[in-house]
Amino acid sequence: MSALNNVQVSPLPITELRVEATLRVAAQRRRVLINVLRVSFIVVILVGWEVFARANIIDPFFWGQPTGIYEQLKTWILEGTSQGPLWQQIAVTMEETLLGFLIGASLGIVIGILLARIRFLSDVFSPYINIANSIPRVVLGPLFIVALGLGLPSKVMLAVVMVFFAVFYNVVQGVREVDRNLIANARILGASSWQISTQVIFPSAMTWIIASLHVSFGLALVGAVVSEFLGSLKGLGLLIATAQGTFNPNGLFAAILILAVVTLIVEALITRLEKTLLKWRPNQIREVGL
Amino acid sequence: MTSDSFTTPGASAIEFHSVYKRFHSPDGQPFTVLQNLTFDVRDGEFFAIVGPTGSGKSTSLALIAGLESPSDGTVLVGGQPVTGISREVGYVFQSDAVFPWKTVLDNVVAGPLFRKVPRAQAMEQAHDWLRRVGLDGFEDYYPHQLSGGMRKRVALAQNFIIQPRILLMDEPFSALDVQTRTLMENELLDLWSAAKSSVVFVTHDLEEAIALADRVCVMTARPATIKGIYTIDLPRPRNLTEIRFHPGFAPLYKQIWEDLRSEVLASYERSKQRTS
Repeated sequence: MSALNNVQVSPLPITELRVEATLRVAAQRRRVLINVLRVSFIVVILVGWEVFARANIIDPFFWGQPTGIYEQLKTWILEGTSQGPLWQQIAVTMEETLLGFLIGASLGIVIGILLARIRFLSDVFSPYINIANSIPRVVLGPLFIVALGLGLPSKVMLAVVMVFFAVFYNVVQGVREVDRNLIANARILGASSWQISTQVIFPSAMTWIIASLHVSFGLALVGAVVSEFLGSLKGLGLLIATAQGTFNPNGLFAAILILAVVTLIVEALITRLEKTLLKWRPNQIREVGL
Repeated sequence: MTSDSFTTPGASAIEFHSVYKRFHSPDGQPFTVLQNLTFDVRDGEFFAIVGPTGSGKSTSLALIAGLESPSDGTVLVGGQPVTGISREVGYVFQSDAVFPWKTVLDNVVAGPLFRKVPRAQAMEQAHDWLRRVGLDGFEDYYPHQLSGGMRKRVALAQNFIIQPRILLMDEPFSALDVQTRTLMENELLDLWSAAKSSVVFVTHDLEEAIALADRVCVMTARPATIKGIYTIDLPRPRNLTEIRFHPGFAPLYKQIWEDLRSEVLASYERSKQRTS
């Protein structure tokens, strides 16, 4: 262990260099092993699925099969889907998701800070927010479709509602956790109420806000896709609904795969944003979850 | 009470007149933290308050800063009753109160910018203060990248830059190791003698209080009243690494400790009763 702590100190005595080299080789071996196991895991699953499907142990009519999913993706990419080119479906769903995410998160942050900072507002509105939060959000989907139609607005609206509460409660919690001394210090240094909100409360609650953004992007996607199930003319949700209606499990898996890839890409972007915004923090708590 | 009756310009920076402060405990029971506090801090004076833990020393500072208001009695700063956050006051907290998401430079420049000093001028002042506390070259560091002593320097620069007439310090160096602490105390005395502001320095460490202060005020266990105020006539400028060996130091320490000891014991007995 001592050699590990001294990694940056050079020149090291010969023996320590040797220890260090051994450790580096060990670490590299471990990395290779992990990557090999990761790849083998997915290969075993896919090959097993394919083999069982061909042997009719898993019925490919109901459960699909990897080669079928691959073929489906190829068709979609090369020839387009029944509702138009694939990229268009992705673009439509992404537009709804991102709009819903941005609007929902902004509303959550602003209203969260307002209600957490101004006692009077929270006293008046908190019962309504709690009641609204107790409604399972997806059931509002049909309402929005009736009111706003089959197009973009109804999808964005459901995504906004899904995102808002996740962000809102995190922001309220984040504002409550702000160190009282920091606020006192800012007040004594001459900060106005607005400056305290923007320069103390907001950055301090940022940790909580960012954490909620990871979850809420997923929620925005759920809102958009579910709303597309319920009624739409374009989008990945409609693709899934169509695949369901035509008993096409390969189509379902292919659409799910596309959604997963898109989500992973956006997650990576949010993580990058997080690193820029939270660079003032010691980097101990960054590894959250898997 | 009108403010005019106490207006005595120049002489006293801070005056407490029969000040009481009561709080309510979570179960609604009122308890008195400060009881009939009367004292004054002169202009340019280094005034130390010592007392047992939890005796209301920090509450006194909060009253001066305007973060709290007295339940009864009057607190005057510069001859005027305290009605809110005073522009004349700086406050160094016990825990780190520098903003962790601001760089060293942004932390120091925060006060002037809050007070609407033009940006270029504020930056110039900030660089000047960073030089004075020995942090030039660390402008772009974040607080978590600095040692505890360096963070205290940031806090000192952050406060001295607004040129407070009164600097309140709440056990500012208690989290530092002994060597760093002595160095910081020396730096504080240098900054104070240059800035000519009054300092109210709260500590539970009598040695630190005597070494730094012009007068030491001993507070009783809760509810806090004043047990005694002692003039420390040790010569200035003082060097904190040597002041403890000055022939005048030990007798002062002995005299004040006699008073403080009974209060510390009383406070300890009470906390023992509460836990058992």
